Amino acid sequence: MSDAKNYKADFPVFSGNKDLVYLDSSATTQKPQAVLDAVNKYYHEENANPLRGLYELSVRATDAYDNARETVKQFIGAGSKEEIVFTRNATESLNLVAYSYGREFINEGDEILVAISEHHSNFLPWQQIALQKGAKVRFLETDHTGLYTKEQLEAALTPKTKLLAIAQISNVFGRLNPIKDFADICHKNGTLIVCDAAQSAPHLKIDVKDLDVDFLVFSGHKMLAPMGIGVLYGRRDLLEKTPPFLYGGEMIEYVTRDGATFAPLPHKFEAGTVNVGGAVGLKAAIDYINDNDFDKLIDREHELTAYAFDLMKNIPFVNIIGGDKAEHHHGIITFAVEGVHPHDIAAIFDADNIAIRAGHHCAQPLHKTLGVPSSARMSLSFYNDEQDIDRFISTLKTIRGRMGYGG
Amino acid sequence: MADSFYGEVLADHNLHPLHRHELADATHVCKGLNPTCGDDIELHLDIKDNIISDGSFTGIGCAISQASADIMLELVIGKTPDEAKHLTALFRKMIGGEISDDELEELEEAGALQTISKMPARVKCATLSWNTLERLLDESTHEH
Repeated sequence: MSDAKNYKADFPVFSGNKDLVYLDSSATTQKPQAVLDAVNKYYHEENANPLRGLYELSVRATDAYDNARETVKQFIGAGSKEEIVFTRNATESLNLVAYSYGREFINEGDEILVAISEHHSNFLPWQQIALQKGAKVRFLETDHTGLYTKEQLEAALTPKTKLLAIAQISNVFGRLNPIKDFADICHKNGTLIVCDAAQSAPHLKIDVKDLDVDFLVFSGHKMLAPMGIGVLYGRRDLLEKTPPFLYGGEMIEYVTRDGATFAPLPHKFEAGTVNVGGAVGLKAAIDYINDNDFDKLIDREHELTAYAFDLMKNIPFVNIIGGDKAEHHHGIITFAVEGVHPHDIAAIFDADNIAIRAGHHCAQPLHKTLGVPSSARMSLSFYNDEQDIDRFISTLKTIRGRMGYGG
Repeated sequence: MADSFYGEVLADHNLHPLHRHELADATHVCKGLNPTCGDDIELHLDIKDNIISDGSFTGIGCAISQASADIMLELVIGKTPDEAKHLTALFRKMIGGEISDDELEELEEAGALQTISKMPARVKCATLSWNTLERLLDESTHEH
């Protein structure tokens, strides 16, 4: 039995839903009391429209927002706060890169290389830019285990490849991609790398300088923070030359009848009144992770993933999608049950008060490649425990019987 | 099969569908797609002298969408397109939780899907084949 701390006690959702087994953390995580308190405190004591600074309360709101940016900068090892842009979520961050950087610098005949297992949010914006600019989307293919190799990448790059779009951890396979090696290979080819860290930021330590990525994005809500706050990291020289994404208040210097000059980084990309409450919540989430020792949380997730993986592997009618070792899975185990549609699998789990995901997980081209229309996914966090996994397994074993299959 | 999750009727139609096959003589074919869950069916009907003389479905989907398609075909084969449209309207009424007992009787075995009215996440699964049928019939009326 593990001697892990009872993290569930920090998450109020579990005291309000005593019987719930929550195994959908890759969709969104639950929020610890510390995050809820921080957001509450901000709105109770510090709320004002920030960045105008004409009175004391607004200065405090501005400071709260600024402190959050500093915390995010340190969390991912960015060089300066100017490289951290707050957005709504990873999807908006990726759209920002595609619409602002892509529309300016991707031209007719260029190629955009997209990993076939990408979430639609790191595929569709590129598909649209390609359609608009006469560029071409090509795919970096994978096998049924979700593996991408350096050799595959080298073979897929051409002199026309402007950019590689790839997740650090796939939301279907849970497999970790060698982003640092890929960045190196891309840069030798004059290709930029855009890394979707939505699934990795909650599960491993990120150092953007060490990875040497050009852009990296993630969502707060998948790492204990409220919904509606996300992050774009961009290399400073790239952000400097990227045109604004949205136009409006807070992102300008001077506006005349005929034109405008834009605010310096990062405000150039943060038009309109920003989400200070969300940023404060994200800071509190990162503080919670650090206060609880991120390494311990990561170890706990690996322990739980291995526990679930080994039990699932031994059920004859369950097929795990992706790598054949627990360490390939980073808290995400996608699976199929022979003869049972994933929607029915999820409904049966729901009847036993166990929350999992079913569908194509916003990765339709991948499911076409794998030859399955959809799949079921359990995803966990450090706040799960062995009892959660045991209940998951005991329901999983009953599914075929409950669908009317004999034996 | 007494303690089957969805009840015996649905489990039976899902595991042993009567109408899940190709239809060589089909006069009408229509595709139905649930983009959110990836369910993808194709409905085939043989309509002669204003009667749906035969029908089948192919494709993939969850137990509810597959059973619903099978039950629907069982119900509409032998009926006129207008009668079939009337039944699709009743089915939608049932899923919306607004059907009377008399109307429910008209739906025969499809009444087994009444529980879906309490499972909002599965409404799209249950109605996929019925919506497809309605679209097929609407398009076929426009043709003539």
